[in-house]
Amino acid sequence: PAPSAPGAPDSSPAPRGPRAGSGHHDLVQRSLVLFSVGVILALVLNLLQIQRNVTLFPDEVIATIFSSAWWVPPCCGTAAAVVGLLYPCIDSHLGEPHKFKREWASVMRCIAVFVGINHASAKLDFANNVQLSLTLAALSLGLWWTFDRSRSGLGLGITIAFLATLITQLLVYNGVYQYTSPDFLYIRSWLPCIFFSGGVTVGNIGRQLAMGVPEKPHSD
Amino acid sequence: MTLTERLREKISQAFYSHGLLCASYPVPIVLFTGLCILACCYPLLKLPLPGTGPVEFATPVKDYAPPPADPDHQPGEPSERPEWYVGAPVAYIQQIFVKTSVSPWHKNLLAVDVFRSPLSRAFQLVEEIRNHVLRDSSGTRSLEEVCLQVTDLLPGLRKLRNLLPEHGCLLLSPGNFWQNDRERFHADPDIIGTIHQHEPKTLQTSATLKDLLFGVPGKYSGVSLYKKRRTVSYTITLVFQHYHAKFLGSLRARLMLLHPSPNCSLRAESLVHVHFKEEIGIAELIPLVTTYIILFAYIYFSTRKIDMVKSKWGLALAAVVTVLSSLLMSVGLCTLFGLTPTLNGGEIFPYLVVVIGFENVLVLTKSVVSTPVDLEVKLRIAQGLSSESWSIMKNMATELGIILIGYFTLVPAIQEFCLFAVVGLVSDFFLQMLFFTTVLSIDIRRMELADLNKRLPAEACLPPIKPVGRPARYERQLAARPSMPHTITLQPSSFRNLRLPKRLRVVYFLARTRLAQRLIMAGTVVWIGILVYTDPAGLRTYLAAQVTEQSPLGEGPLASMPVPSSVLPASHPDPAFSIFPPDAPRLAENRTRPREQPEPVGPAESVQDAPVPEVTWGPEDEELWRELSFRHWPTLFSYYNVTLAKRYISLLPVIPVTLRLNPREALEGRHPQDGRSSWSPRAPPGLWETAGPGGAQVPGDVTLYKVAALGLAAGIALVLLLLCLYRVLCPRDYGQPGGSGRRRRGELPCDDYGYTPPETEIVPLVLRGHLMDIECLASDGMLLVSSCLAGHVRVWDAQTGDCLTRIPRPGQRPESEGGGGAEAPGRWAQPPGGGAKTGAQEPGDSPPRRRRPRGPPPALFGDQPDLSGLIDTDFAAQPKPAQPEPRHRAGCSRAAGYDFGRLVQRACRSEGPARRPPSPVPVPPAEDPAWDKDSPPPAWAPSADGSIWSLELQGGLFVVGRSSGRLEVWDAMEGELCCSSEVSSSGITALVFLDRRVVAARLNGCLDFFSLETHTVFSPLQFRGTPGRGSSLSSLQSGSDMVACRLTHTVPCAHQKPITALKAAAGRLVTGSQDHTLRVFRLEDSCCLFTLQGHSGAITSVYVDQTMVLASGGQDGAICLWDMLTGSRVSHMFAHRGDVTSLTCTASCVISSGLDDLISIWDRSTGIKLYSIQQDLGCGASLGVISDNLLVTGGQGCVSFWDLNYGDLLQTVYLGKNSEAQPARQILVLDNAAIVCNFGSELSLVYVPSVLEKLD
Repeated sequence: PAPSAPGAPDSSPAPRGPRAGSGHHDLVQRSLVLFSVGVILALVLNLLQIQRNVTLFPDEVIATIFSSAWWVPPCCGTAAAVVGLLYPCIDSHLGEPHKFKREWASVMRCIAVFVGINHASAKLDFANNVQLSLTLAALSLGLWWTFDRSRSGLGLGITIAFLATLITQLLVYNGVYQYTSPDFLYIRSWLPCIFFSGGVTVGNIGRQLAMGVPEKPHSD
Repeated sequence: MTLTERLREKISQAFYSHGLLCASYPVPIVLFTGLCILACCYPLLKLPLPGTGPVEFATPVKDYAPPPADPDHQPGEPSERPEWYVGAPVAYIQQIFVKTSVSPWHKNLLAVDVFRSPLSRAFQLVEEIRNHVLRDSSGTRSLEEVCLQVTDLLPGLRKLRNLLPEHGCLLLSPGNFWQNDRERFHADPDIIGTIHQHEPKTLQTSATLKDLLFGVPGKYSGVSLYKKRRTVSYTITLVFQHYHAKFLGSLRARLMLLHPSPNCSLRAESLVHVHFKEEIGIAELIPLVTTYIILFAYIYFSTRKIDMVKSKWGLALAAVVTVLSSLLMSVGLCTLFGLTPTLNGGEIFPYLVVVIGFENVLVLTKSVVSTPVDLEVKLRIAQGLSSESWSIMKNMATELGIILIGYFTLVPAIQEFCLFAVVGLVSDFFLQMLFFTTVLSIDIRRMELADLNKRLPAEACLPPIKPVGRPARYERQLAARPSMPHTITLQPSSFRNLRLPKRLRVVYFLARTRLAQRLIMAGTVVWIGILVYTDPAGLRTYLAAQVTEQSPLGEGPLASMPVPSSVLPASHPDPAFSIFPPDAPRLAENRTRPREQPEPVGPAESVQDAPVPEVTWGPEDEELWRELSFRHWPTLFSYYNVTLAKRYISLLPVIPVTLRLNPREALEGRHPQDGRSSWSPRAPPGLWETAGPGGAQVPGDVTLYKVAALGLAAGIALVLLLLCLYRVLCPRDYGQPGGSGRRRRGELPCDDYGYTPPETEIVPLVLRGHLMDIECLASDGMLLVSSCLAGHVRVWDAQTGDCLTRIPRPGQRPESEGGGGAEAPGRWAQPPGGGAKTGAQEPGDSPPRRRRPRGPPPALFGDQPDLSGLIDTDFAAQPKPAQPEPRHRAGCSRAAGYDFGRLVQRACRSEGPARRPPSPVPVPPAEDPAWDKDSPPPAWAPSADGSIWSLELQGGLFVVGRSSGRLEVWDAMEGELCCSSEVSSSGITALVFLDRRVVAARLNGCLDFFSLETHTVFSPLQFRGTPGRGSSLSSLQSGSDMVACRLTHTVPCAHQKPITALKAAAGRLVTGSQDHTLRVFRLEDSCCLFTLQGHSGAITSVYVDQTMVLASGGQDGAICLWDMLTGSRVSHMFAHRGDVTSLTCTASCVISSGLDDLISIWDRSTGIKLYSIQQDLGCGASLGVISDNLLVTGGQGCVSFWDLNYGDLLQTVYLGKNSEAQPARQILVLDNAAIVCNFGSELSLVYVPSVLEKLD
């Protein structure tokens, strides 16, 4: 569904008035930013997931950065772009612009918490998978409540989590992609939580980008 | 509910008193907080410092036994041995330190000879060590049994396969370079090349292969062609798995016996255990760095919001200090109560910061800053604190709740994190309340002081203002200053508050911070640092050599203290040995030198080798491994996939070995190519001695030049590249003001930066006819009434732009009557008009009725030639309103005789900016508005009737308030005076016309409530609903046959000073006055409900809407939002430098404009400034809200549309092609999405189709 989606916000009559040329330009820019954010997050989080037994050689490290399939980061980037454009688009369709904590500091906080959730899922020792999944679910919901609090955000996040898990499931089932040690029906059971919080985070970024930067007067 | 309220009140009260306390005793409180922080951080001293540096622990060799594996602490000595000293080490490392020298040095020896034969001895030594076998009572024990057996190298190290041992004892010596094969060594023509072939070219972070095999730092090895010291040292490194004291002892004894080092003073007493911390590889570093980057971005974005304080940086620093020290306190407290942190501090630190957050600090700052400036600092702090107390407490409770939930996940790591976070939150709260609040109070006090001092300079540094008439405004402001106790100094350069394209923003950012230059500079510095560090050209050795030469202690490590009683003359205290050939007198002299005291060892050749650098052993040799990179051992072990992280190794005392070679041996070991190798011609044997320093210098210099040239080239390339990028990114006309064609297009601020918004041109309907600047403008959607400074009133059709009615100013009436009957009809296009005016002065209804049949044609009569006595040839264009194609009017609008009108207009405009809002100070209040309004030149001085000060239109009737205090009600269609009232002689400054009720505010501060009474039902709806004009007229005619206005109430002294603003909505009437207060009246019975105080200047603008929200702006530049139901102040913003000139609200934001030509958009609920728009000069107050998210502002000959939610400039519409466009003074938005702009004496009626679409 990825390639068709980015067109959607473009065609939608956004309530932002007659901005003929800049709208398209802006959209491309936003999706580029989101794409790069997605790629970087994918690489970094992938590194986090690789456990500690990494030797110290530069060659090895470079290898581990790209240890997973090459198409994973671009896919994540595309997904991020789609999700990040989808959130403001849906907001505008529902007619309720997201006003809660709309500032870059909050977005940064959100990203940090998201990375933290990943960190926790990668590094902490949990007694069992149920505990891990429950903890992560609670954390993801907390993330949503802290930074989003919109119904559309929740709905979209859940949808994204569901779809992404499904896609991963299909990929793993067909053997296209091998994820580390599946514990529940070929995949890790905490994957939906990560997808959910990722969706919320990227949506947050997307909304902030869509809002643009409320420029303050610069002081030289 | 009541409980919450009570709690809220209590908290607010507590915060208030706390704020008072903090602001009263700032210094003691800051000191106290600092002490608290220090006390809480004290336990941290016990914690090990973070970092990966190894830790050491030494035990005596005697009776050494590996520590037991289980950490059972002896009660007696718990602190002596570190916690990691448990269990056997990974390995025991025995270094055999070999120092060799060729002695005596013979002058026909080559430089290579310094190390060739000494290195060849390594093979022999290794052989001896390998074959060492301990035979004692327990049997034989060979090296293979005790040493550390290693397996394969890591697969990534194939190129080192031949150099490092595999599948056997880990024994390293320089011989490994030649696979421990002596023949290979002898066959090697280029020893140095072999040794250096694996040296990394780049920055070396860990130990290199040479370091590993030599076991000594590179500079001590002495394997170099340019060394003047002819001592070669290296180690043979043996790694044992077990500690076998007897074997080690026998090995040591044997080696010492074979190669005695007589003057060795090494004690060899202690075993040093080195513990290595956890390694952080790049793989872990990348996420860590990412989190830190995110953290810094968070801190940056948070602290950027601190605004309107004296020192942004100071407060940002205070905020960061608050959070950081709260974290430190948290760790310290946790340690104090027995919890030892097990988590990696560096990893969780960013998350802790993010969880604790900066929000409270920012909220505090915002709240305190937005308290009224005229209050005392103490009170400001207290008010700010108490107004945010509830939200702070709520937030804190929420966060604590979330963290507590986290605590119940029962995962130990999360629990620990939560514990830290809870303690951190509490201590953060503590610090916020004590430390940050106090710092804030200090800052605000400083700001006030600075403000008092700098008031005039701040004014003086305002940017020079170009157009005429501006100085008047600023003088006025200056004069008004003393009445304002405080002013906020904003940065004068606020050009760039527009939304610019990102590309440009990046460029501006680069340009502003000179990022490129700084990056290049930093890059150069780093690069030089790397150069020096990696030392590719032997720079360091070269420098060291230079230093060695010059310093009297030149011999470096070998030098002992020179004794002052040296016989040598002071002029050349230290001639290098190599400079002079070793001959007899020299020898004799050397003998006397105490430096040579250590008696030469070789018993046989003691006489010969005296001048040779002596092989000495000092205490520094014992700990030579300290000089190695701390990553030396981890690197070595990591090659075999053994990690030293969190483990330790034990270093056995080194075994010193001294090898002494005589020149014959050196010559024997020489390779045939050595003699004619590349360096020999440059330094032939004979020359070598004398040209020692010079010879060393030349090659060093050459490399130096090479490096310099290379660096220069690289730098130039980099600069060129950046320049190209810069040119690509940067618009060509960047920095050239007004050079290109794009700048020529109007003076929209956005254009200054090359950003062309999508702009279109619309040919507006130009409503022309006024001789002078239009002052009052009113509309009800269908009709438009305007009055100019000359006192004329015109009624226009708001849809077609036709001039329906013209009403001359009453002062001219006598003149027109005296001048001739022809004039008045000619001017007013209604032959009976002049007569009508005279009759209409009396409130009788017969004249209108008489003229009613002629009502429709008046517009058509405009075709008559204009014979006006006034010099107004512009009226040649005037007939055209009746023409079927009105849009052409704009095109042919440049009539020849217009110049006079323009002159007059300019003269008026120069007075214009000063006209409004009225200033209270320099003039006595009663006269002040009169002075303001009477700005037209004396030729148009007010007559008895006075000039028009206010105008309101509703449903075909308009009300005029005059300076003479006369209130007139006119029929807009007929141009007839329906009734008038002269209750008071005080001028009517503002009018409200709402539902047949007219309220007039007067100069003397009193309010008059009138009601209009008609005989038939007067219905504006009926009027509006009719599509055509003709039918509307008829309906109006049938409706308004008799209008009378009756004074219902008078509030004699509503305000002490002139009322400047008057608005009504939702059954309430709000007045704002120069006496700094607002009053709210009920419309029905004129009962005063509230008096609102809070401004520290005269009120200049008021906004009320149906939702009972009241906004007011004053001369103090502040905007207050009030709740009209309770009369309480909701928020208070400092909006503008100078007066607030107009104010309007939408559902979500407040839009204000000020004398600073800035339009600011504020969030209505929080009072946070969203963004601001720089207006053209003179267009400051021209703004209108079309819908909830569309704002229209005026500019030089254009109007711009803005998206209110995002601050985007959507569109700029140029009104006409004329380049000499005038600024839009006033914008009035009509119901049917038309915009009326007031451009001086003419009005432009603009229909915006896109706006119509948006409204649907």
